[in-house]
Amino acid sequence: MLDYIRRREGLWLFTRSPAAMIAALATVVIVGGALLAPWIAASNPYDLSTFSLIDGLKPPAWLPGGDPEFLLGTDDQGRDMISSILYGARLSLLIGLMAMLIATLLGVGLGLLAGYFGGWVDAVVMRVADVQLALPAILTALLIDGIARGVLPTALHQELRVPVLTLAIALSLWVNFARTARASVMVEKNKEYVQAAMMQGQHPLRVMGVHILPNILGPLLVIMTVDLASAILLEATLSFLGIGLPADSPSLGTLIRIGMGFLLSGEWWILWVPTAFLVALVVSINILGDFLRDLFNPRLR
Amino acid sequence: MTLLSVEDLTVRFPSRFGELTAVEGVSLSIGPGEIHGLVGESGAGKSTIGAAVIGLLPHPGYVAEGRLRLGETDLRALSPRAAHRLRGDRISMIFQDPQTSLDPLMTVEEQLIETMQAHSDISRRAARERAVDLLEEIGIRDAESRISSYPHQFSGGMRQRVVIALALCTDPELIIADEPTTALDVAVQSQVLALIRRLADERGIGFLLITHDIGVIAQVADRVTVLRGGKVMESGATRQVLGQPAHDYTRDLMDSVPPIDRRLERFRVPGEGGGGARHAQDDRPAAQARRWLTAEGETEPVGLSLDEVTVRFAGARRGLWTREAPFVALDGVSLSVRPGSVLGLVGESGSGKSTLAKVITGLVSPASGQMSLGGEALPAAKARPRGHAARRLIQMIFQDPFSSLNARHDVGRILGEPLWLYGLEPDAKRRRALSAAMLDLVGLPADAIDKYPHQFSGGQRQRIAIARALLARPRFLICDEPTSALDVSIQAQVLNLLKDLQSLFGLTVLFISHDLAVVRQLADEVAVMQSGKLVEAGPTDQIFERPRADYTRDLLRLTPVMPAEWRAA
Repeated sequence: MLDYIRRREGLWLFTRSPAAMIAALATVVIVGGALLAPWIAASNPYDLSTFSLIDGLKPPAWLPGGDPEFLLGTDDQGRDMISSILYGARLSLLIGLMAMLIATLLGVGLGLLAGYFGGWVDAVVMRVADVQLALPAILTALLIDGIARGVLPTALHQELRVPVLTLAIALSLWVNFARTARASVMVEKNKEYVQAAMMQGQHPLRVMGVHILPNILGPLLVIMTVDLASAILLEATLSFLGIGLPADSPSLGTLIRIGMGFLLSGEWWILWVPTAFLVALVVSINILGDFLRDLFNPRLR
Repeated sequence: MTLLSVEDLTVRFPSRFGELTAVEGVSLSIGPGEIHGLVGESGAGKSTIGAAVIGLLPHPGYVAEGRLRLGETDLRALSPRAAHRLRGDRISMIFQDPQTSLDPLMTVEEQLIETMQAHSDISRRAARERAVDLLEEIGIRDAESRISSYPHQFSGGMRQRVVIALALCTDPELIIADEPTTALDVAVQSQVLALIRRLADERGIGFLLITHDIGVIAQVADRVTVLRGGKVMESGATRQVLGQPAHDYTRDLMDSVPPIDRRLERFRVPGEGGGGARHAQDDRPAAQARRWLTAEGETEPVGLSLDEVTVRFAGARRGLWTREAPFVALDGVSLSVRPGSVLGLVGESGSGKSTLAKVITGLVSPASGQMSLGGEALPAAKARPRGHAARRLIQMIFQDPFSSLNARHDVGRILGEPLWLYGLEPDAKRRRALSAAMLDLVGLPADAIDKYPHQFSGGQRQRIAIARALLARPRFLICDEPTSALDVSIQAQVLNLLKDLQSLFGLTVLFISHDLAVVRQLADEVAVMQSGKLVEAGPTDQIFERPRADYTRDLLRLTPVMPAEWRAA
């Protein structure tokens, strides 16, 4: 979709921005590690047979008492930190990505409709968005989790924790997409190529999907990256607060919550390793988002 | 005595593709009280020369060679501080768009006083007095009270006067005016030009007048320099250069300028086909497109008539229950376009021309009134179903070729869309072949079909837009200022093309333009609009030779043109 010249331009800018290059490298390493976790991780934190309590609370390898087998140490259950983090990142990224995609679909769809039709459609969508914005994301997530807990049988609820969490995060992120899409559509709608399509009598859905949408992808792509970072953070927050994932299927947030217990007892690595990892991931994605924004906004070059 | 002398000026812009020479070896001089016109098409380097003189070349451009002198001062030798002091003090600038060249959050008074105090040691009170005098001098009535208004409280023409006052308030020796009247309507334009002339005559200010409009140059400039690709083509007294151009390029340029006092059958444009429709030798793809449009399609011309069409736009909300009075964009407009003829619709901005086009295409629904196309009633906006025949029969060519094509679609897709949408050609391969043939007909190369709109120039894009309209097999074509975003030589080519296509296919055309001279070249009949009302309509020659309405007379009188007697016999 980006034509040849744009792509070359992008690559050229990329080589001139060391921050973007480092961020991209970090993202690739983290995402790659998470994807390949079952093959490269030393143990499987979900599988009790792959670790043993005897290895518990080992510090990172370079400290006295460290074991080279556990490079960044182990937690109280004897789980290898690196393995836990890789598996945790896998869950965090999965939930973040899915939530971001659901929010994109929902937000962009509603934003397109609101911007294109205006009038009462616009009023309804944007007022709902305003209400959504007034609710803190954590409250939305708590609400959805609470409803799910009440409506679904306990066993099913346990099984559906990941989808429920994903949905809760998506619902608190869609407003960004809706607002951006709506604003862009309102600009594009008055451009002559859209007028030409409307004048020819093309179906509104076709005008929106085929003509307008490809032209507003730039700003949306930027929000997608930034909101991916937000979604990962939000998942970590919720898991940290104990509303997210349980300790037996730990995401990054759950790992940090577990680590909190050891903060003052000397086993600092159980907290700081996953935290540093989360920060590195989120900062890298945000830097990439900034870079994309510069790329799509010629005025900032 | 010379005020500004530019010798052998060369300006370069380094980029990662190497150095780009924007201006090369340009020399010119301006005396006190002289208006020196700088004409050329886009990319000729006009504005770059102005920016080099005032020392505001956009990054990373720089003056590579040449001498720039203002009086005794060597402009190139100035330190940044000295250059900063000189700007606004001895050289001022007037920009194109009065909407954006004033600070919207400061009153006119504050802006004027700020500028004066920045350059001379003057008290607020004295500065204010001077500002009021200045505003009065340049023709703002009741300046004493108007001075404390914000820019948005002035009309476009008044705002440009304020910009001029701002340029004048430090008593500069030289003013660089970059397209100072391009954004203005003719009546206001003529007042602003008269003001510039008066300032040159009475105050002895030298002007460097940058414009693409030959008419403006002819009206006020003493001397003119014609630029092309950063080089001087010809320079001399205005009458000499425009009336008896010595250089081939100037001659071609002058041939492209539509005359307001007569109709040319075709513009003389160098190159194949003069920019018009390709001749249809049987082996050319253009012949296929032509056959498709004539032999297989309907060929009977259709007429269009509007009866008492009124359009109102709801006013802004004032309170919970109250709204401002609705804005009447069209007020009982009745007109008809004869089958197979071209109706020129002229009027200033805001006169309702474009609204009329939108009513006909069904984008805006009128409050009242009837329309008919080819004798059959034409339902308005929402009442016109998506599949209504008129959606195909009526096609439109838009003003801005940079936004009328979807930038994310390649040309093949843009052109294939009407064929697919109207079910004219179900087979994708044949759609592509027909699109290619149509490109050939409108004079574009065959490989254009795989490119994207941004890879074309404005004129080429407008040809693509024309091809797209033709591929719907229309009978009624609306052209909304189709050439106002184009350079004059490109305009001549596109007008030739439109003329050819209109006569080849018996199209009925509504040609909307603010440029009377362009309308004269194309229209069989002319309708004049003013603030939503039809002022006058009739055959073209009658409107131009014997206008009845005062408004039409004013429009004709105020449009800047080169006097006919300048043209050498």
